[in-house]
Amino acid sequence: MLLIRCPYCEEERPELEFRNAGEAHIARSANIAGESDDDFEKFFFIRSNPKGIIHERWRHMHGCARFFNAVRDTVSDKFIITYKAGEPKPAKLPKISNEVVAK
Amino acid sequence: MKKYSVFAIAREAMRGHRGWEEQWSSPEPKKDYDVIIVGAGGHGLATAYYLATVHGITNVAVLEKGWLGGGNTGRNTTIIRSNYLYDESAGIYDHALKLWDGLSQELNYNVMYSARGVMMLAHNVHDIQVLKRHVHANRLNGIDNEWLTPEQAKEFCPPLNISKQARYPVVGAALQRRGGTARHDAVAWGYARGASARGVHIIQNCEVTGVKRAANGAVTGVETTRGFIGAKKVGVVAAGHSSVIMNMAGVRMPLESYPLQALVSEPVKPVVPCVVMSNTVHAYISQSDKGELVIGAGTDQYVSYSQTGGLHILQHTLDAICEMFPIFTRMKMLRSWGGIVDVTPDRSPILAKTPVPGLYVNCGWGTGGFKATPGSGHVFAHTIARDDPHPINAPFTIERFRTGRLIDEAAAAAVAH
Repeated sequence: MLLIRCPYCEEERPELEFRNAGEAHIARSANIAGESDDDFEKFFFIRSNPKGIIHERWRHMHGCARFFNAVRDTVSDKFIITYKAGEPKPAKLPKISNEVVAK
Repeated sequence: MKKYSVFAIAREAMRGHRGWEEQWSSPEPKKDYDVIIVGAGGHGLATAYYLATVHGITNVAVLEKGWLGGGNTGRNTTIIRSNYLYDESAGIYDHALKLWDGLSQELNYNVMYSARGVMMLAHNVHDIQVLKRHVHANRLNGIDNEWLTPEQAKEFCPPLNISKQARYPVVGAALQRRGGTARHDAVAWGYARGASARGVHIIQNCEVTGVKRAANGAVTGVETTRGFIGAKKVGVVAAGHSSVIMNMAGVRMPLESYPLQALVSEPVKPVVPCVVMSNTVHAYISQSDKGELVIGAGTDQYVSYSQTGGLHILQHTLDAICEMFPIFTRMKMLRSWGGIVDVTPDRSPILAKTPVPGLYVNCGWGTGGFKATPGSGHVFAHTIARDDPHPINAPFTIERFRTGRLIDEAAAAAVAH
């Protein structure tokens, strides 16, 4: 089970409190009815599904219930950083080790 | 290829079993091939086998980054059924089911297909409505599926708890008698042996690292950890890694990859005579011929390539198993593992040509591709050989996500696939 830091609660909490809400930074068009089929497909269905660094949305369902964004490595499942909704993609990512750290 | 038979066993018994030959050869890769299949799992090997046997194309290489059948083919719960709701799905899954019947004879390899029946449980009014709708839709498509009362379900699977006091009581069940299980490894091995005997090169420990395209966009081959290998046609059958390979060719896919887990118990005497599934409490179970209970869990909620999964997912599944079968509450679980499944937005696969000439893709089988292995390979070989889909896989395009012509099995089939 993942441990996820909610940037609003400023606490690391177990995954059971959270819902994954898919890839982050996919902007919904202001004029969705005017979208071409190609653009709608890109917005609605096409996903980057990276093997490595992913930007994704999470919701602290059983906590503050707010959406936020996270950067995670999809190979090690380690979180690199979490940040509030609306904030831009972090330009520089902190380095984390993939070693398991004994607490 | 020496044929396996009772006489072969007798002959080898006489001479100390020294005459058995390698099941498939491991040649050095050639400079180029007519067709390259990326991924030596069941679907990829079946594709190569049918390219050779049905279409006479034997200048084929199957490239595998790990070992043959070591991905989802070796990680699934081996359930076979075709009781899908929509005509398109019924077409492809029943095509596969018909091929399962007789596959051991065709391959001269015992894939241990056992039509022991797949029973899907209903626990509430909605389940009854959904499953009865499936029964009727299936029968219109010529697929066997019948409705059972709780007592009939108990008769078919004696350890099942049908007590009215259960938290989720069993109120009925849908049974597909032709459904069942098969030996997953044997499927990969049998297809590999058959393909290799006809000249197909199976190259393991050879990871594809790039897809090369000519100026006109057409595929010219693949870069691998063992150098460049040329090909006129490339078929991507890479399961959880399909979108990674397709990205190398510049094609973005409507796919997300999730971990899916399964586990087995200690072996016990025969106790579960069929496959039992429940979408509502989310569990499915069967018993292998070795005696282990084979239990399938759900996917994790996040994209991952880690081939592991959260422990709470397994716990949730075992809660459901113990609810349906209180007899198993003291069983010990021996092993659990995860595989990476590629899931499409409508939970139906993609078997199609791509926007890149010479590039074909067979992916998106999500949580339930094993059952389709023979049918998938058969129609995908047709698609590659003729550069045109078989009528059975014609609806399973990539373009359906642009046109909106989805095969929305997800909402209709609830959880299990």
